[in-house]
Amino acid sequence: MNPNMKRLRRSMMFLNCQKPGLIKDPYVYAPDSIMLDLEDAVAEKEKDAARYSLYHALQEIDYRGVERVVRINGLDTDLWIEDIRCSVAGGCDSIRIPKTETAADVKKVEAAVAAAEKEFGVEEGRTLIMAALESARGVMNAFEICQSSPRLFGIALSGGDYTKDLQTTISGTGVELMGARQHMIIAARAAGVQCFDTVYTNLNDMEGFRKDVETIHTMGFDGKSIINPRQIPIVHEIYTPKPKDIIFAEKVVHEIDTKKAQGIGVFTVDGKMIDIAFYDGAKRTLALAKASGVYKGDL
Amino acid sequence: MRNAVGREIPDEILKATGKEPFQGNNYKNGVPFRRQGPIIRPVMDNQHSKLVKDIHEALVKCRAHSGMTISFHHHFREGDLIVNMVMEEIHKMGLKNITLAATSLGKAHDPLVPMIEDGTITRIEASGVRGKIGQAISDGKLKGLAIMRSHGGRVRSLVTGETKVDIAFIGAPTSDDYGNLRGIGGKTNCGVLSYSHVDGDCAEYVVAITDCLVPFPNFPAHISMTKVDYVCVVDAIGIPEKIATGAAKPTTDQRKLMMAEYCTQVVVNTPYFKDGFSYQTGVGGASIASTISLTKIMEERGIKMGFGVGGLTKPMCDLLDRGMVRVLMDTQAFDLDAVSNVINPAHHRITAGAYANPFNKGAFVNKLDYVILASLEVDVHFNCNVVVGSDGVITGAQGGHPDTAQGAKCTIVICPLLQGRIPAICSEVTTVTTPGESVDIVVTDYGVAVNPNRHDLLECLRKADCVPLKTIEELRDIAYSIVGEPEPVQFEDRIVGIIEARDGTIMDVVRQVKKYD
Amino acid sequence: MEIKKPAVAGTLESSDCMVTVEPGQGQVDLDLDSAVIRQYGKQIRKVIRETLDRLDVSNAKVTVVDKGALDCTIKARVECAVYRSNDIKDNLPWGGVIK
Repeated sequence: MNPNMKRLRRSMMFLNCQKPGLIKDPYVYAPDSIMLDLEDAVAEKEKDAARYSLYHALQEIDYRGVERVVRINGLDTDLWIEDIRCSVAGGCDSIRIPKTETAADVKKVEAAVAAAEKEFGVEEGRTLIMAALESARGVMNAFEICQSSPRLFGIALSGGDYTKDLQTTISGTGVELMGARQHMIIAARAAGVQCFDTVYTNLNDMEGFRKDVETIHTMGFDGKSIINPRQIPIVHEIYTPKPKDIIFAEKVVHEIDTKKAQGIGVFTVDGKMIDIAFYDGAKRTLALAKASGVYKGDL
Repeated sequence: MRNAVGREIPDEILKATGKEPFQGNNYKNGVPFRRQGPIIRPVMDNQHSKLVKDIHEALVKCRAHSGMTISFHHHFREGDLIVNMVMEEIHKMGLKNITLAATSLGKAHDPLVPMIEDGTITRIEASGVRGKIGQAISDGKLKGLAIMRSHGGRVRSLVTGETKVDIAFIGAPTSDDYGNLRGIGGKTNCGVLSYSHVDGDCAEYVVAITDCLVPFPNFPAHISMTKVDYVCVVDAIGIPEKIATGAAKPTTDQRKLMMAEYCTQVVVNTPYFKDGFSYQTGVGGASIASTISLTKIMEERGIKMGFGVGGLTKPMCDLLDRGMVRVLMDTQAFDLDAVSNVINPAHHRITAGAYANPFNKGAFVNKLDYVILASLEVDVHFNCNVVVGSDGVITGAQGGHPDTAQGAKCTIVICPLLQGRIPAICSEVTTVTTPGESVDIVVTDYGVAVNPNRHDLLECLRKADCVPLKTIEELRDIAYSIVGEPEPVQFEDRIVGIIEARDGTIMDVVRQVKKYD
Repeated sequence: MEIKKPAVAGTLESSDCMVTVEPGQGQVDLDLDSAVIRQYGKQIRKVIRETLDRLDVSNAKVTVVDKGALDCTIKARVECAVYRSNDIKDNLPWGGVIK
């Protein structure tokens, strides 16, 4: 399996490929991923220009370990195949498919990606895929989309188009997104892939943003799409395990390891009943804590 | 001869100026000198009127002549009308070879360029020069030398008599007919008159120019009638909206917020951060954001500031209003909130001399714990350049940079690693204004570097694990790896200006830029 | 490649550059205006020349107004202008003459 399938993706920041000032050093903000956009952010007459910028940025800018996802143009345009050729040749890490509706959409992209890898001598399977769901139909098909390709690492909700399709608007309360969020996270977990939430566009309401991230964090989402670097520290703060959770997770892992050796299956840690079912969760907490720089242990 | 920051200072310039090369920060510490006093013309006759009808009359009465030195303050900043008004009159009178000894010159003074070209102005002494005058000097249009000196260094040059001012023009928001001047009130409120104090003390003639004549006595006076020869009333001395900007909105630029956060972490994790600490900061987005985030930590830990000093802004004044700082010592009001805050009894006006003059018996800057500064360039020796652009053209001012940097126990310079394609952290600054020995910590968006001389601070920050620490060389290497190593800028041989150190020695020279082809 | 008609790429925003290509008079005439010409003029000229050489452009009037763009942006804008002058948008030689 491509080791990037399960990488940490708390914050995925959109950047307009057509703006050299934006793509030259976004890594200073330390997002987990950047999403270099060829789609909505790029004006129709600059679609070609954005690709040259993208190609050279991918080739020449050292993004210092930040994942480089490219959002290609929709499958209903005549742009997406050249977008994929350019991205794969440049050596991007992943392709984000906009407006995904069916598993067949993913398969179309998968074939184009595989062809581009072959054409440009890129290691087969290097380029991953994520699917953005932007319609009621796409959300309804979430589970089949999640299972559509071994390259697909996750799905993301795109709230703007989705709410239009529902014939409503973004209210700021999250009510209109509840169904999609719930459905998508369940589908993603059932298929064993990651799940990402939509952007929060009101940059003047950082408290609203914080609440939104707290909600999707509690729901189980792996991360959030970001439109401004100012949003990154808030996401990372919320996704960083709290000291008490880290201490508890450490105890759980330690106790399960020792008790297993002694043949004991169920026991208590800090007054809580613990068994093997807690093991993976505790391991995940420690891994996240390590990635967030707040855990230096070796469990 | 090579000076203490490794800059070659040609003998010809040492000879021409009678100056020594810079030999380190404390070279003149304790070295006695005699303070020079001005010639004074006593006013005993109670029928004597100080009022003159216009600038022309003032110039005539003050025996204006070719070759004289005249001085101005820059409290009206980009809204200043005084310098141009006086220079136009001098130009009309056909006087030549004038030395313009302003505290600072900016874009407001672009109209003086033709007077530089025609020989009306042949020498400039100022903290620095922005705008077209800077370009003109760098192009070699000024016949004599431009001397750039810090706010403290300027006071030194006047009290030692090195700079002899023939006529000082002091723009005053309010004055009475006997020359009691105040920085507040009137139409062009600037809050303080700190920079002009020394001109009042040292100039042979002192002319107050106001657009708001008030009944005698205008008291308490910031500059006393006992020092003023003439009072001239004009229609307007400044453009109020360009004097002080509205309070800058807290920045939303994440890069600046990151640097502000690093800066705050540096402050709170170094040993001077304790109750009663002292602090100076600037007007940049990151500086202001850092003051705001520092305030939060002061509240959490119950730490109050002893004093804040320098040019002031709203966040500093907010600290005073909330009882988080005991006193503010004000030399310049940067925004309208700071101007109006001077009515707070704990908001004190101080002179530029008390603030930063290295040649008095101890200035405020010497008592600073922290100063937060900016810089155009910082090199791997921690030398800073705040006057000359990376393209070799004079474009900024020393201000209080070298004064506070030397004075403070912990000097922090904030600058983004790259300004467009220009690397701010480089192998050699274009021109040295503040020596590396004064600079302790450099904060960039790519990490924080500590001067190796301050291993005590480095150890504190390492232990606290609060900021991404890098060496200054690492920062330079990162910058060069992104933008490429810049070609050295080509200069002509001719020296057009000198960067004077606080103590009057020569820190660096500025040469005429070569035409690029 | 031939420059078939005038074409422009890029903007005058900071960190960008605007490249205009026009049919030439037998050779490459390069007119460069840059905010950082004193520090990076040689490097910028070199990047433009090398990019044109890769694209096999030998007859063009090229005007570049640079606002502190990195080399990767300068290349991208030059290539874009040249391909636009030929109305080519698809099936580009990524990793070939574009590199």
